Amino acid sequence: MPSNWLVLIVLALATIGFVIGRARAIQSAGGETRDLHSLPSYYGTHVAMMAAVPAIGLLLIWLIAQPLIINSSVASSIPDSAIAETDLGLVMSDVRRVADGLDVAVSQGAMTTQDAQNLNADETDVRAELAKVGVALGSDVSVPILEAAQDYRQKSKVGSMAMAAAVLTLVAGGMFFAVGRTNKSFRARNVVESGIKTLLLAAASLAILTTLGIVLSLVFNTVEFFKLYPLSEFFFGLTWAPSFGGGSELGFLPLLWGTLYISIIALAVAVPIGLFAAIYLSEYASPKMRSVAKPLIEILAGIPTIVYGLFALLTVGPLLVSIFGADGVGIMKAGTAVMTAGLVMGVMLIPFVSSLSDDIINAVPQSLRDGSYGLGATRSETIKQVVLPAALPGIVGAILLAASRAIGETMIVVLGAGAAARLSLNPFEAMTTVTAKIVSQLTGDADFASPEALVAFALAMALFIITLGLNVVALYIVRKYREQYE
Amino acid sequence: MTDMATNNDIVPPAKSSLLALDARTQRRNREESTFKALGLGAVGIGMLFLLILLTTIVSNGVGAFTQTFINVPVYLDPAKLDKKGERNLDDIKKVSTFGYSPLVLNGLLELVQENGIDTPFEKSKQMKSLVSASAAAKVRDYVIANPDQIGETVTFNLLAASRVDGYLKDRVKREDVARDKNISAEHLDLVDELVKAGIVKKGFNWSFITGADASESRAEQAGIGVAMMGSFFMMLVVLLLSLPIGVAASIYLEEFAPQNKFTDLIEVNISNLAAVPSIVFGILGLAVFIQFMHLPQSAPLVGGLVLTLMTLPTIIISTRAALKAVPSSIRQAALGVGASKMQSVFHHVLPLAMPGILTGTIIGLAQALGETAPLLLIGMVGYIASNPPDGIVSGFMDPNSAMPAQIYEWAKRADPAYYERAWGGIIILLLFLLTMNVIAVILRRRFERRW
Repeated sequence: MPSNWLVLIVLALATIGFVIGRARAIQSAGGETRDLHSLPSYYGTHVAMMAAVPAIGLLLIWLIAQPLIINSSVASSIPDSAIAETDLGLVMSDVRRVADGLDVAVSQGAMTTQDAQNLNADETDVRAELAKVGVALGSDVSVPILEAAQDYRQKSKVGSMAMAAAVLTLVAGGMFFAVGRTNKSFRARNVVESGIKTLLLAAASLAILTTLGIVLSLVFNTVEFFKLYPLSEFFFGLTWAPSFGGGSELGFLPLLWGTLYISIIALAVAVPIGLFAAIYLSEYASPKMRSVAKPLIEILAGIPTIVYGLFALLTVGPLLVSIFGADGVGIMKAGTAVMTAGLVMGVMLIPFVSSLSDDIINAVPQSLRDGSYGLGATRSETIKQVVLPAALPGIVGAILLAASRAIGETMIVVLGAGAAARLSLNPFEAMTTVTAKIVSQLTGDADFASPEALVAFALAMALFIITLGLNVVALYIVRKYREQYE
Repeated sequence: MTDMATNNDIVPPAKSSLLALDARTQRRNREESTFKALGLGAVGIGMLFLLILLTTIVSNGVGAFTQTFINVPVYLDPAKLDKKGERNLDDIKKVSTFGYSPLVLNGLLELVQENGIDTPFEKSKQMKSLVSASAAAKVRDYVIANPDQIGETVTFNLLAASRVDGYLKDRVKREDVARDKNISAEHLDLVDELVKAGIVKKGFNWSFITGADASESRAEQAGIGVAMMGSFFMMLVVLLLSLPIGVAASIYLEEFAPQNKFTDLIEVNISNLAAVPSIVFGILGLAVFIQFMHLPQSAPLVGGLVLTLMTLPTIIISTRAALKAVPSSIRQAALGVGASKMQSVFHHVLPLAMPGILTGTIIGLAQALGETAPLLLIGMVGYIASNPPDGIVSGFMDPNSAMPAQIYEWAKRADPAYYERAWGGIIILLLFLLTMNVIAVILRRRFERRW
């Protein structure tokens, strides 16, 4: 792990830099620290920062960029004949695996560096050689792949050496520069503080980077998917029948319908219960009861979704089957169904709806209530005719947020809703959702380049856009509503 | 004129009393009490669901903490285990578990006959359905650790097969046994006798808490310990990354950020990321960390990175609230005695906000601990996490599972014995979450200052 060592060396040098910078500043003031512009430790920190931060930044960039550059240069040197049968991505992953295997072999002493570089796929059985050191390869190694792997190793080695050299030069340069400008009137504190501020800004910008990462990884793979599968069939197809042998039908509509149906049932459970609970807790309950009941209901929100999933699969499903199944009403075939997932998801959403609505109802000014009571209205009339209409926009926002939760929920539907995609109105039938299919398409052994796996990215893209849209609208409504009464 | 006309039409009001309610008031009062009852009912239903959920978990899950064991004296036959008789460890190791299995079954059969239990079984092979397939491995491990015991009779406390365990826990019913090829009604009669004789006993199942997952057919052996290690290393990654990054981001946004478009962009991004479905973070992890950066699949490091990105918004939001709660007089006092803005924040505001920040972080961690969906996509399910990591690096880099992923894995298996494990795993997971939340509440109560 040379890059780990490199980091340690950089940090050690930075520590030395700290000591040098501090000593030099004190010396320039003739030992009188009161003559310094900043506290002595700021001078030390300044040197350490100038030494370490650019170097580690370069290291990170290099670590990300080097494999990309080497990949593309090695890929271009592979002859087309080797790629003919499969695609470039698979060949390159073979190349990397062989290269890693050679690394392991060298590090375990089974081969010398020289041997690894001079191997010839025609003469030695590379696969057997590597199997000896515990590296399992999927197929025999062909000549071009071995050559590419050796090329890959060669270039990686040169790259790592260049990286170490560049990083160490940067450390030395930064340190030299920083020590050079250290003297008693140098404003070390200001420089250090602006450096720290940049780091804080970088941390805050990670949120943008994450969003960018999500959007880019979704967009790239979705575009890749639509190259392989027609856009119109995805959006308007009525059947979802992936088959990994090819010739799959990947229609989005059945999944969307399953998702919406389950969400509607969930909201039908959660909204009335949550809303009434919120009304009771904010308008009727005594402070004592409120302080007990509110946290208890919110425990429901803290329970992980896998628990709800298991509850749906093992408790609610069998219970519904015993009522609506063959022994009872006879309209339910198996425990996994839209109703199962919807009911359990509804329970999960109760605290979500209730605490959001509670906040919103509490934000309605007391003067509105007092006015209503003054006209002789009862409490329930005040709530129905004054408080709720005033809180309506906020409550709609809360319901939209709950809907976005329901649409994005995964574990409950993976375990409770079934796997068959269907366009049906019967809530006791198994249906499946966008999230459940993302999981099932990406957890199989499918090859990443096939449309059957890539469709998951298109589904995730759709999910991301729907939930984001709901959230933006909901947050806008809630904010608008809060401003109204502030 | 109109007055005159209407005056004639007016019917004198019915005699009413303040003490007797008229129909309209009665209706309004009825509506009032119905409405109130509806509200109370909703609160009740919410709590009822909580109660049902918790009782289901506990009643289904406690079984996983006890397990049926059989006390079997096993004669460690030198003729089978060490044919050369040299007690050479390499020779002993050559005998596989298949060599040990008959010894265990013989021991059990002899025990049954010694106790005078009436049973149609005469061959030791027929005892196979009573003992876990892991028993032979346990005996083998013992022999390899103590080769000098060969030739002795040693009593082992062996795991009973999962059907036997299920029978004693009422999961396996006699009427279902007819269709089961793993066990017969005669076996169950034998089990009843063995229980009477005190040979088959239920005991506390430590290996469920500390052990590793087992293959599909050995439900009795499966434990959640290794997955717990996976979760632990993931939480370590989340804590080490999300706390500093979250605090740094919050300090910037709360104390230094100028009012401009870029700050707005950051704020919008944070509030939107908080609402992105967790599965999308799994997709991000798959595409960026595994496809693009070639980090190892199923590694707790990758799981931790994904969960870090997922919990960061939560931590940032709570940290900002904690920073906001520190009154500005503290900042002004620091500035007044000559501290820079940075010093006032790091020396005064941050320490005062620390209890709030830690509370938020613990709650964020608890949320991350229970999260499953993103872990499915980066491959932390679908295989058997059989070995605990043997070091810090391997803890981060070697494939492992995590507690919720392990529960999901068990829930998907066909054998109902695994359902009990899944519920038991949930009890452990919820205990962890409970502990974390209690710590957060205590931190808040003890250290949070009200200004």
